[in-house]
Amino acid sequence: MVLAIDVQGLVKSFGATRALDGLDLTVTSGEVHGFLGPNGAGKTTTLRVLLGLLRPDAGSVRLLDGDPWRDATELHRRLAYVPGDVSLWPNLTGGEVIDLLGRLRGGLDPARRARLLERFDLDPTKKGRTYSKGNRQKVALVAALASDVELLLLDEPTSGLDPLMEDVFRRCIDEERERGRTVLLSSHILAEAEALCDRVTIVRNGRAAESGTLAELRHLTRTSITAELRTAPTGWDGLPGVHDVRTEPRADGVQVQCDVDPDHFDDLLRHLAGSGVRSLLSRPPTLEQLFLRHYRSDTAAPDAEEAGAR
Amino acid sequence: MSGPFTGTGHLVRLALRRDRVLVPVWIAVFALMAYYTAAATLQVYPDIAALRPYSTQVNASPALVALYGPVWDVDSLASGAVYKISALGAALVAVLTMILTVRHTRAEEEAGRLELLGAGVVGRLAGLTASVVVASATTVVLGLLSAAGLVAAGLPSTGSLAFGLSWISSGLAFVGVAAVTAQLASGGRAATGLAASVLGVSYLLRAIGDAARPDGPTWVSWLSPVGWAEQVRPYAGDRFGIALAGVAFAVATIAAAYALAARRDLGAGLLADRPGPPVASPRLAGPFALALRLQRGVLIAWTVAFAVFGAVVGSLANSIESMADSPSAREAITTLGGMSGLVDAFFSVELGASALIGSIWLVQSVNRLRGEETAQHAEALLATGVGRRRWVLAHVAVAAGGAVWLLLVSGTTIGLSAAATLHDRSQFGRLFVAELWQAPAMLVLGGLTVAAFGLVPRFAAAGWALLVTFLLLQELGPLLKLSDLVLDLSPYRHTPRIGAFDAVPVVALAVVALALLGVGLESFRRRDVPA
Repeated sequence: MVLAIDVQGLVKSFGATRALDGLDLTVTSGEVHGFLGPNGAGKTTTLRVLLGLLRPDAGSVRLLDGDPWRDATELHRRLAYVPGDVSLWPNLTGGEVIDLLGRLRGGLDPARRARLLERFDLDPTKKGRTYSKGNRQKVALVAALASDVELLLLDEPTSGLDPLMEDVFRRCIDEERERGRTVLLSSHILAEAEALCDRVTIVRNGRAAESGTLAELRHLTRTSITAELRTAPTGWDGLPGVHDVRTEPRADGVQVQCDVDPDHFDDLLRHLAGSGVRSLLSRPPTLEQLFLRHYRSDTAAPDAEEAGAR
Repeated sequence: MSGPFTGTGHLVRLALRRDRVLVPVWIAVFALMAYYTAAATLQVYPDIAALRPYSTQVNASPALVALYGPVWDVDSLASGAVYKISALGAALVAVLTMILTVRHTRAEEEAGRLELLGAGVVGRLAGLTASVVVASATTVVLGLLSAAGLVAAGLPSTGSLAFGLSWISSGLAFVGVAAVTAQLASGGRAATGLAASVLGVSYLLRAIGDAARPDGPTWVSWLSPVGWAEQVRPYAGDRFGIALAGVAFAVATIAAAYALAARRDLGAGLLADRPGPPVASPRLAGPFALALRLQRGVLIAWTVAFAVFGAVVGSLANSIESMADSPSAREAITTLGGMSGLVDAFFSVELGASALIGSIWLVQSVNRLRGEETAQHAEALLATGVGRRRWVLAHVAVAAGGAVWLLLVSGTTIGLSAAATLHDRSQFGRLFVAELWQAPAMLVLGGLTVAAFGLVPRFAAAGWALLVTFLLLQELGPLLKLSDLVLDLSPYRHTPRIGAFDAVPVVALAVVALALLGVGLESFRRRDVPA
């Protein structure tokens, strides 16, 4: 397993603010890795450190087997970056910016460039100051995707894109994956990460809160169960790992809803089986639920049940 | 009530909040400049008998009259005390008001912030109104405090008030000019550039008119708002009515700005954006090509300005001959070593001025580095194969190369026009070379600006502060009787005189400039981007 990005214990402070506080991040070569977190969690700072723009205060950072601070220019020829807030030179056209950035990275494929312009429906003759936010984003995306690079660093690349363009973007990323490129996709749009990413890292307050495949992360949190039963079950209180039980009487029985910790799934099923199961719906947690669990604990301390679920 | 002016009050408060440091500091600088200039003159020349010969000599020197304007009354102590800051000061006030006006109109609009406000309960003309109000109020306060400074230094109060009003009239006139250019251009930089070129032409027109012989085109001064400010003639007639010319001009131009603003969309200029090339030319392939492209328009404007400046200054040389009639000039000719000494003295002053003016280009284009960094353009470039050193050097090369280019241009036109005016071909070579020797001192300031960019990026105005400091040292230092040790801090003082070339200071200046560049490069390589 070759690591495209290997960050351990990264610390970066701006004055009194500790933007990154011992962040770990590993991205395997060839995977699309989601880098998720609320605004201000440290995503952009991490990307800037990976680009050698910011110098880390502590920790180790390896990018494509190099040191991003020392070997910046050599590494930059092998990657493309789309900043979160794309700012274009007001009097250069979009086409000129795409060509310029491509040439500075060591050339771009004109056929790919033309195809991408068409797919993203972008007019390259307009001046930078006249583009809307979404169109500026497209300029940066076309410049990055048309380059022949190993690694794509994308900082909230779909902000400002309409749903149609988001779809185009997703298909482009799928194609990049097939070509064997590595993608680090910072985002707070969970549906996007869920659709695209092989693995995700959730960052909070400058630290990695969780990291793994979606399946692994789901394993860490509760599954929702909705069951139609012939009779109301008894003895819930004794069942470990079952939460938020709601029972509603129905014409011919009872409907039960609850959340269950992954380790106690089996116990719950056995318990329900004694009550005559008519139907059973089990919903694995969405990324959004995973995310909200971490996000909420920023404001409210995690309760004891949640602590037990970890 | 809601109309096109709704929210103006809020925007005025916002502008004052944003400029709470800039505006008071500028006002203080001007008021102190007025006070110290007057106080220092009175200290050096305690009575009119001592000052009169100096004033007479100034009026006999076309170089000084072209640069600063005449002393309107050689029998007035006060008139002689303020001649150096009357036209020059009026122009500097104009620089301040046009920066303020553009800063709160077009620059805000370009950054998209006016849109953020425009979506709130803010009328469509509120932004323009607020910036005109803030810039005008700043000018008025500045003028009155400067008048107070002159009174405090011991000058008569009526004349001081006239002087303050002359500055106010020039300041207001350029609030109007900038309000119009902010509607015409679609970028803040272009709007300031347009307004600055109007100011440059105004200053040049009054230089031509002032330096003209009585039978010559003296009326040209009256075409210029800076000329009107001069013609108020403080302490020498106090023609208050003429200050109204500037005010009337301001009212007319501001009205024009409103008419233009009412006709256009937010974000758009009247000079519309046309589509550009869909692909980049093959030459646009590196940071140098990009830096040149970004600065191209500005450099072309500067080139024209320097060519005209050189031609005008060179042609003023003919007034030198007419000077030989007056007794004081004859005395000066002897002390300076004959007619060629007089010509050299004239051009030394003008070439020195061109070095200071050219330094504005240099500081502005080196500061483009910081502008690119804060606009997040640097981030996009430095994330490609472009290294930090290469990126900085590209901009420095455009800035320094542009400065040398400007000297080549003005050296050529000064040389040609002086040679033609004086019927002396040998003038071309020596003036051309002497103009080029202004470069090392300018490059030292460029180096200081790069070093500031690397070391203290948040203090981006360092280059400007240093330029103003050197200017004040040169203009006021001798009056304030500062020691040579202090005066020598200005690199411009070490530029060799015409016909007296000395390699030592030139090499020393070049070495210092390179060392400062090195400091800037190394410190930039070590710091965070953006910082």
